[in-house]
Amino acid sequence: MLQRLKEIDMLDLFLWVFRTVILVVVVWGTIATIIENPYPTQTWMETIVAGIAQGSLYALIAIGYTLVYGVLFMINFAHGEFFMSGIMTATIFLAGPMSASGYLDRHPYLGLLWITLVTMVVSTAIAVLTERVAYRPLRYAPRLVPLITAIGASFFWQNYFRGLFGSEVKPFPQIAPFAGKITLGSIVVLKTHLVVIIAAILMLIGLYFFVMKTKTGKAIRAVAENKDVAALMGIDVDRAISSTFALGASMAGIAGVLYALVFRQIHFFMGFIPGIKAFTAAVLGGIGSIPGAALGGLFLGMFESVGPGLFLEGLGIPAPHQLKDVIAFTMLVLVLIFRPQGILGERLAEEKA
Amino acid sequence: MTKRMLIIFGLLVVASLILAACTGSTYKCDDPIGCVSYGPGEPVRIASALVISGPNADLGLDSQHGVEIAIEFQGDLFGHPIELQAEDDGCNAEGGQAAGQKIVSDPTIIAVVGTSCSGAGVPMSEVISEAGYVMVSPSNTAPSLTDPDQAWNPGYLRTAHNDKVQGKAMADFAYNVLGVRSAAAIHDGDPYTEGLARVFADSFEELGGTIVEFTAVNKGDTDMRPVLSAVAAAGPPEFLYYPVFTAEGGFLTKQAKEVSGLEDTILAAADGMISDAAIEAVGEAGEGMYFSGPDLSFSGELYDKFLAAYKENFGDPTSVFHAHAFDAANMIFSCIEEVGVQDGESLHIGRQALRDCLYATKDFQGITGTITCNEYGDCADPKISVSQLQNGEYVRIWP
Repeated sequence: MLQRLKEIDMLDLFLWVFRTVILVVVVWGTIATIIENPYPTQTWMETIVAGIAQGSLYALIAIGYTLVYGVLFMINFAHGEFFMSGIMTATIFLAGPMSASGYLDRHPYLGLLWITLVTMVVSTAIAVLTERVAYRPLRYAPRLVPLITAIGASFFWQNYFRGLFGSEVKPFPQIAPFAGKITLGSIVVLKTHLVVIIAAILMLIGLYFFVMKTKTGKAIRAVAENKDVAALMGIDVDRAISSTFALGASMAGIAGVLYALVFRQIHFFMGFIPGIKAFTAAVLGGIGSIPGAALGGLFLGMFESVGPGLFLEGLGIPAPHQLKDVIAFTMLVLVLIFRPQGILGERLAEEKA
Repeated sequence: MTKRMLIIFGLLVVASLILAACTGSTYKCDDPIGCVSYGPGEPVRIASALVISGPNADLGLDSQHGVEIAIEFQGDLFGHPIELQAEDDGCNAEGGQAAGQKIVSDPTIIAVVGTSCSGAGVPMSEVISEAGYVMVSPSNTAPSLTDPDQAWNPGYLRTAHNDKVQGKAMADFAYNVLGVRSAAAIHDGDPYTEGLARVFADSFEELGGTIVEFTAVNKGDTDMRPVLSAVAAAGPPEFLYYPVFTAEGGFLTKQAKEVSGLEDTILAAADGMISDAAIEAVGEAGEGMYFSGPDLSFSGELYDKFLAAYKENFGDPTSVFHAHAFDAANMIFSCIEEVGVQDGESLHIGRQALRDCLYATKDFQGITGTITCNEYGDCADPKISVSQLQNGEYVRIWP
């Protein structure tokens, strides 16, 4: 008996204690909150819908992380900047002037279409450029090198856009058909939230078909499997990698438009935190897996939104919403302890790890 | 042989020391924490530690421009040019610590204008004071920084007002002028916002009102609906005060209108959100909301001259604290002129003498008013006013 006790590693013991503590806190907090019942049902509903909408945004951004990781095994920390660059440019050159001239009120849908197109083009161009200039020359460098370059690229774009458009917070106009709330059965939700959720689902379905059914998608999958063999089979590897970046960035561009619709506020620094969160979401869902990224984003958004009220309010913690990032990242730690490969991820084969 | 060599070597050393002393200065520094000496033609070096990158760069760059214009107007000190070393306080504790360390490692820096954010000011005030330097902040307003029981250090002064005054004024306005009896406050964890929200809540309760919720968001948060829902569920309050910065403030303002229960709540923010960028950020949702802040209806010949120079060099101001930064730099220059000792073409400045002179500043005419420092470095002449956003402009309505 004593012998067996000795065999238990200190680390294992620590992890067990950690899990138990988190679990007890979560269960205790939830029960306390339910007993106390501080919020009416409508508040819970609103919070949940807001969480799903936020999660859909994370999911769209997380796709970019997951795609690039699947192909290159690098974490592209500049991805948050792709998200920012498109919508920032579209707001300055399109949304602002169109709103000022009244065009956006007269043709809201057409206006939004233009904004979306410009956003996607700019995001994609920035991504392809970054890949060409900053990542391609380092393709065969040790893996830490492109990671650091990515962080550098992120700083570069952030400050580039600050220099270009200034550091002020910029308003994104309210688009009339998406203003206000809508009643669905017994719950009242914001129209913008609904738009975000529907658009995200459509985009994810579209992406799935693109990757699975088209020639480019096939090339991307082949390169993800094995670059050298793919090259031998006549696939242009550089081109496939570029299209991976373009694909991820156009998703991020869409996410940018949806973000602008919901929050109506643009800033050169806006890509940083969603970028980090989306990375968390991608790891949560299993990095390299597209459905994983979607699921991870959704989970993260929900937990962030509902978590503070549900787990912490009942414990009597003051200002629980300030701790929502703690909840998000605790979830990441928990996933890394319980299931290091993520919710839907597969354990990486030796040569990939 | 070796002994003789040693003696000769020793004599040479002594001789060279005497020679050096003869050719060098005759000035002897008797300042208890040391002096800074500038040789002929060497620039007098001051540093700034302001937030010049990241989401709040607007605030810091604006102050930095204020300092740069002050240097331009001053021209020189005893014939020495003035040089600015601009550091970044990052608007957080780590940034303040790092900027402070970098500044005190440079012995040629005599004084610092900074920090922008109170959060950065707390660690930096400690680092700077310990090393014998002195700093004058243009925009730190957290009460703790000049409270000797909390974060005050002997090398710290500020030309910005203390939020004890501002929070109280806002509570007074809400309770007595608007006549509201229940309120909530939201801060973002920064010492500035938390201090201000806390003073407001305490003063409001003292007056007889009820604080239904005192809570916080994070810097960088975008989705404020959960926290606003919590506020609505707790009250809903008649009055909601969130003395935060532009980005978070913009999100709070827009989303407050969309959360059920808060449609009729009166919204109010503080001087962190008095800027053109903030007007744009809150948009139509901010129409009718109230802002507390120092009375910044600056006027006078000096300000006109300053503003002309500012616009020529940097475009339109992005905040109001350029005025405080300009005054802070001028306070430092005027004290250097008072305590600096000229010695041929060299200039010597005692660090303690400079500190004493700054703390003794009295009736100094600046853009922000008549500056008189108290024993803990509060120098501002605070006149708090409340403005309302009407048709996209701040209109002063009280007092």
